[in-house]
Amino acid sequence: MDISTQTTDASPPTPPPTEAERKRAARGATRPGDRIFLGLTRGSGILLLVIMAAMAVFLTYRASLAISKDHGNFLTTFEWNTNLNPPVFGIAVLAFGTVVSSIVAMVLAVPIAVAIALFLTHYAPRKLSGPIAYVIDLLAAVPSIVYGLWGALILVPHMQGLYGWLNDYFGWTGILSWEGGAPRAMLTVGILLAIMILPIITNVSREVFRQVPQMHEEAALALGATRWEVVRMAVLPFGRSGVISASMLGLGRALGETMAVATVLSPSYDIQASLLDPGGGTFAQNIASKFGEATEQGRDALIASGLVLFVITLVVNGAARAIIARRKEYSGANA
Amino acid sequence: MSTAAVSHKRRSTLRGATLPKWSPWAIAGGALAVAIGIGMGAGLDSKVQWGLIAAVLFLLFTYGIAAKVEGRRQAKDRIATSLVWVAFLLAVIPLVSLVWVTVSRGVKVLDGYFLTHSMGVVADSEPGGGVYAAIIGSLEQVGLATLIGAPIGILTAIYLVEYGRGNLARAVTFFVDVMTGIPSIVAGLFILSLMLIFDMQPFGFAGSLALAILMMPVVVRSTEEMLKLVPNELREASLALGVPKWRTILKVVLPTSIGGITTGVMLAIARIAGETAPVLLLVFGNPFINNNPFEGAQASLPLYIYQQYSQSAGANAAYDRAWAASLTLIAFVMILNLAARGIARWKAPKSGR
Repeated sequence: MDISTQTTDASPPTPPPTEAERKRAARGATRPGDRIFLGLTRGSGILLLVIMAAMAVFLTYRASLAISKDHGNFLTTFEWNTNLNPPVFGIAVLAFGTVVSSIVAMVLAVPIAVAIALFLTHYAPRKLSGPIAYVIDLLAAVPSIVYGLWGALILVPHMQGLYGWLNDYFGWTGILSWEGGAPRAMLTVGILLAIMILPIITNVSREVFRQVPQMHEEAALALGATRWEVVRMAVLPFGRSGVISASMLGLGRALGETMAVATVLSPSYDIQASLLDPGGGTFAQNIASKFGEATEQGRDALIASGLVLFVITLVVNGAARAIIARRKEYSGANA
Repeated sequence: MSTAAVSHKRRSTLRGATLPKWSPWAIAGGALAVAIGIGMGAGLDSKVQWGLIAAVLFLLFTYGIAAKVEGRRQAKDRIATSLVWVAFLLAVIPLVSLVWVTVSRGVKVLDGYFLTHSMGVVADSEPGGGVYAAIIGSLEQVGLATLIGAPIGILTAIYLVEYGRGNLARAVTFFVDVMTGIPSIVAGLFILSLMLIFDMQPFGFAGSLALAILMMPVVVRSTEEMLKLVPNELREASLALGVPKWRTILKVVLPTSIGGITTGVMLAIARIAGETAPVLLLVFGNPFINNNPFEGAQASLPLYIYQQYSQSAGANAAYDRAWAASLTLIAFVMILNLAARGIARWKAPKSGR
């Protein structure tokens, strides 16, 4: 728009723009309709920023109310008695449980998701891979409460055998010993979370693997590489950052998952050394299951733990976005 | 590469020897037979253990035979292929089980009565009752959330694509990314903190607000992608005719991409329709029909599932209702998904790809 006011040697001399015209040109939006529309769209953009700011401010405000009353140490206390006067609560167990369940989920889900993405892009028969990708897309949309219900009523009874087997052969490690309680422990939670985040990681990884330049693969094949060597030398290095960011997105989902954990885990406020012994808790699960009995003071305490979860997910997602942004050309799927 | 073509002398010697196409099946059969033999001989009674032994034997046999006939590199390739297939099959089991169980248990009580009646005073352990109140609550909450979230999301996307330059646009892009990752329960806590300050009781619209927050970034992302697909030539042609920019956007850009935008909004609706956590905190649940989302606790479909599961102390009637409600919810989400994809295909921009 500014270009129209510039003159070059070749063009015929134009009358110098008036003051009003120059102002208009500088503003860009000239007509009232344009100004209103720009105001509307910019306003909703600003509204998004305001919501985020308000979220941080109000959560911090209520959390500070709770923490100032807390008679335990907010970070290290192994207790959650918010209805006492004065209240005693701490997030140590929740932080531990959140991290452990997410790690278990990631360890299980990432290799399998990458393998499925490879299967869909490089191994499966063409006719099969399209429909399967479509179904996995749909599975990503299954609500988490349904996963939770399935986990509690179907997965938990089926874990009994695996728990016994792990205890028999790996019980000596300490982290896989089992005292025979109901298998509503961190391992089951991790497995369920892995199943839930599998479609998400698979979808993003598949998009990334699809963007591997054909030339790279053909060059490797022309040198006599086997299919596995093509995958290892051309596909995986190209897709690495995409897979990492996909995993981080899945991790963000696993960290904040509420209902699936709340239905499967039998919580307690101590840390179990073994993944197979029931107990522990996660931030989101604790909020969902303690909310019903919480007084206003208790709700503030739950908001404080939610604030910690908020910060953790922000860091994880920020890291994922940073990785995507740094190698944008490799992950057009989601950047 | 080894040139020892032992088994296939007829083939060209330029290619190394290859195993016949049926060999994986033959090896699998052999591995299974040996595994059953070992299992019976050692008296292992778990069929799962037999399967595991068979799988390990299959990998060993494949590697051994392929390494002998085709060379080590080909053997590794075959192992990788098997592992990828195994990973796929392993992941399919739970996902198929999830769909199968939900459908097979859900149809038990899912009928017209279930959809048109509410829980009312039906005890959790008794059969009867239904999801009518929950469906009403869900539709109202999700509908209101869409009315708030979709316009804001679409306008923000228009700002980012059509106007956005400079620091504000960059900040909005960044925070939209950040918002995408917010756990749903944190959005619920945010609205809860406001409700605590103003001393309000749970009501449907509070849930809508949290759901709208969850919906906005999804809508922004998808709308942005769709607007970027609109070819610049269309905009330039319209602007060259002297059409104001805002009319260009409304009359040229949006109609071109309306299919994709609709798809994005519907996928976002599908996502928030299944959210339980914010509804649990803000709407609270209600066995009776409450048609007013602005006053009093309401029911909601995902919350109904959770409450039937958690408050019933293992009563079969309640579990049946939970499965039936799950099937209803999945059907709703899947229909939205399929319709959205259908619209996307039907209304896809004809050019610009």
